[in-house]
Amino acid sequence: MPTVETPILDETIVDKYEERRANLVPILQEIQSTYSYLPEELLRRVSRKLHVPLSDVYQLATFYRCFSLKPRGRHVVQVCLGTACHVRGGPKILDRVETETGTVGLGTSPDMEFVVETVRCLGCCGLAPVMRVDRDIYATLEQSKIKRVLNRYRKKRPAGKDASDG
Amino acid sequence: MVERVHHITDLEELERVAIHGRASLYPERIKILVGMATCGRAAGAEEVLEKVREVVAQKQLPYIVAETGCIGWCSQEPLLDVWVPGRPRVTYGRVTPKQVPEILAALPEAKPKLALAIMTGDDNPLTGKHADYCNGHGSKVDGLPSYAELPLFRRQLRIVMRNCGIVDPASLEEYAARGGYRALWRALWSLKPEDVVREVTDSGLRGRGGAGFPTGRKWQAVRDAKGSPKYVICNADEGDPGAYMDRGVLEGDPHSVIEGMIIGGYALGAHEGVIYVREEYPLAVARVKAAIAQAQHADLLGDDILGSGFGFRIEVAQGAGAFVCGEETALIASIEGRVGEPRPRPPYPAEKGLWGKPTCINNVETWATVPVIVSRGSAWFSRIGTEGSKGTKVFSLVGSVANTALIEVPMGTTLHDVVEEIGGGVPGGRAVKAVQTGGPSGGCIPAEKLDLPVDYESLNAAGSIMGSGGMIVMDDHTCMVDIAKYFLDFLQDESCGKCFSCRVGTQRMKEIVTRISEGKGTEQDLDLLEDLAWMVSETSLCGLGVSAPNPVLSTLRYFRSEYLAHIRDHKCPAKVCKELITYTIDPVTCNGCGACVSLCSGQAVVGEKNKLYTIEQARCTKCGACLESCKFDAVLVN
Amino acid sequence: MIRLTINGSPVQVDEGSTVLEAARLYGIPIPTLCHADGLTPYGACRLCVVEVGTAPKSRLVASCTTRATEGLVVRTDSARVDRARRLLVELYVATSPQSKRIQDLASAMGMRECRYEAQHEDCIQCGLCVRICNEQMIAGAIGFSGRGTTRKVSRPFDQTSELCRQCGACLYVCPICEQRCQGATAESALCNGCLNFSPPCFNSYDDAMCFLDPCHACELAGPFRADARTKIRATATAR
Repeated sequence: MPTVETPILDETIVDKYEERRANLVPILQEIQSTYSYLPEELLRRVSRKLHVPLSDVYQLATFYRCFSLKPRGRHVVQVCLGTACHVRGGPKILDRVETETGTVGLGTSPDMEFVVETVRCLGCCGLAPVMRVDRDIYATLEQSKIKRVLNRYRKKRPAGKDASDG
Repeated sequence: MVERVHHITDLEELERVAIHGRASLYPERIKILVGMATCGRAAGAEEVLEKVREVVAQKQLPYIVAETGCIGWCSQEPLLDVWVPGRPRVTYGRVTPKQVPEILAALPEAKPKLALAIMTGDDNPLTGKHADYCNGHGSKVDGLPSYAELPLFRRQLRIVMRNCGIVDPASLEEYAARGGYRALWRALWSLKPEDVVREVTDSGLRGRGGAGFPTGRKWQAVRDAKGSPKYVICNADEGDPGAYMDRGVLEGDPHSVIEGMIIGGYALGAHEGVIYVREEYPLAVARVKAAIAQAQHADLLGDDILGSGFGFRIEVAQGAGAFVCGEETALIASIEGRVGEPRPRPPYPAEKGLWGKPTCINNVETWATVPVIVSRGSAWFSRIGTEGSKGTKVFSLVGSVANTALIEVPMGTTLHDVVEEIGGGVPGGRAVKAVQTGGPSGGCIPAEKLDLPVDYESLNAAGSIMGSGGMIVMDDHTCMVDIAKYFLDFLQDESCGKCFSCRVGTQRMKEIVTRISEGKGTEQDLDLLEDLAWMVSETSLCGLGVSAPNPVLSTLRYFRSEYLAHIRDHKCPAKVCKELITYTIDPVTCNGCGACVSLCSGQAVVGEKNKLYTIEQARCTKCGACLESCKFDAVLVN
Repeated sequence: MIRLTINGSPVQVDEGSTVLEAARLYGIPIPTLCHADGLTPYGACRLCVVEVGTAPKSRLVASCTTRATEGLVVRTDSARVDRARRLLVELYVATSPQSKRIQDLASAMGMRECRYEAQHEDCIQCGLCVRICNEQMIAGAIGFSGRGTTRKVSRPFDQTSELCRQCGACLYVCPICEQRCQGATAESALCNGCLNFSPPCFNSYDDAMCFLDPCHACELAGPFRADARTKIRATATAR
């Protein structure tokens, strides 16, 4: 089973922030977006630097949905389960995504390519059902389209709908 | 697009900036506008914009290419608008990159077959002025209706959404051209802080975030509170699934919120503001940050705004994926670097808010309305709407409705008119079963009650709430027990978990409703559900818990027979609840095409190609892919 | 001094007092689970709810986190409060039926029926352990993690922190840790032990042996009190 490389941790991410409690969530957000998870080492550093008890930092890291303590799959698939998407077949799309990626329930797929999450909501309710893969949003989905969409991301570096970055 | 940097220190400079804006908004050249808000992008607007730029560059066309926000016509995205000086603006809908060369080649003529409507001018509720686009040619284009004629738009009164879809959200100049920052000038130079508060109070404006608390009263409480510094917060943590009004405003007209907050800061004696945006809206965050930077460079934010001596700064804080952070005390906790656990109120944030200081939290729509009230006056505003609910409200009309859209209507418009006239009714001529308002804190209004006016009191009396503005239309394909289960699932997921009533109460309610949806419920379960609902609503610590039982209670109130069908007959009338339905293939209509076979997630479709297929019930996962793929209506659900 | 009304009677308390403190000062009983003197009020168990205000604008609030304010009208035993407490305790019994504290609460209310399926959770998330660790022991070795149904008391990264001094305060203060008596109905969620048999000490002694840790049955009003009195009279007559 492929593993995600252990990242070399850049501690300046933490150090460049002022020692204010209000910076706690922004720091974690930056760490999350840089490494796609929150490495334990960096969280301990945050606790020391901001003089916030480790149990508080840990509580924050586990309370907010956008944080992950474990490395996640390379591509983040968020299936929208907002009310409009629910009424227009969102749960069936989720089932199909889980089947196609091989995840059992939510989480990272066995090949570490995808992490399947739900989100409520992305704000594209007029075009339900909707899902987001990395930064791309796909609307008016049908079960038959899922495989094709996911295949665009397999074996590619995290990128956009086309080959170019961003 | 790179804009000039201005230093706006007085009204004259603001006027000069506005002149630049007008030249950009209503240029002498042809302008192509592409709707680039999130829903546009989701529908493929980025590819359309790229194609436009490509064709314009290739053919060296002297056209301006610009982006705009959401005009609210979501079901027709991607939208492309063509501005030809002196002619009506033409809107093209569901545009594909393939259609772009054709549309551009025809210019300055339109292509009516691909177009949706024409805009002969625009209204500006901020200034009270109307801009006429057609002072040269005629104001008609063959076969195309004007916005003023379309049922979707003719009932709307766009106060909050005044600039969305009209201006480039990245342009401070265009915002100024539409009257922007003049209300701020008026407040700082002609009004005392108490006067501003009085205008807002007299206008009758009620908080648009959901609770509908009188905004003027909240402002007065913050003014009266002891403590400093005071803070002003914009709650853009729009978490109700199905609601995206705030996203529309932030992506389409971020300056309207900024201006409103600066005015609010002035009225309340606060010099710092925070806009808290949920992280699921990255484009909105980007637009707001860009607009703040622009305002800062233009000295519209800073130590001495418009030469008045009043200073104000705004920071952006991002949510981290917690619906409960839309609750004001949880939002404050989140900004303070804590988990989003609500705090008991009183003390209310007006007294003890951010960092324990007096804080005024209002929703995006509320802030965007403030400049209009200051500019046109409270008397003008209070003439719109009903006695108890003044002004307009933005709604996201979604679900089973022909025109899924972001609309803004005067309070008091009936639900029937919203759904049938503006929304165009349920597609396929089906009947409305219910309209859900207020998100997870709200309820379902059944079809019989659709003649009720949309205002705070009427919706409350009907067992729902106005909420933030999400309006989900449901037809008979929707099972109300399933909807109750859906909302309980959501609330259980999003409950902060601190207080027992909400954490355990929603869990147990969900258990019971799930049992019922699986056909294993009893009638005693309904009594237990009602007891639980009462307890959760009476004893929860915060609004999330208090309103958590609303979806269950309202569906029980109006659709009890549906619950009983699940309990007594083990049937789901809407054919939704998986345990109570079966998928079969009609041997008469099935022609053996095999389209359903490959998609079947349980490999349950067996048979012979070109002959007949059947579904092996033991392997069927009820995924419904066969129904989706069958072109011959051969898949039946019982 | 703040003047307010509790159950129709005027009371006076220091500024900054909570309604719970005011009630306790005057000996008015309000049940609690997540409250402990010396720890900050938490407001999680909701058991201490009281009705404040006058109809039709009255509402239920947690008395431990509600400040006593001038002129406040409080009722600690209204029908609404009683119904809320009963429904809460019924749910507590279903959540942690093995807890003596919770079974005692149920018995005190004369509860005979629990309509929910028992879950045997070990933790009701009252937060007492976290608060005592943070506030009294100044260690901060444990805290909450997760949210909603995944919320639980935990050690950061599931490793015992070097801040933990093994003092045992968390164990001491936990209202669930003390197990209920197994009694005649050990399998059901609701024990009802105290409601079903008379105080055991009267089987062997003339007097109630309350200088030991009082048996909860004695603390309850009701049939066994009469039962006990009959026994004492019978024993006395026999001599």
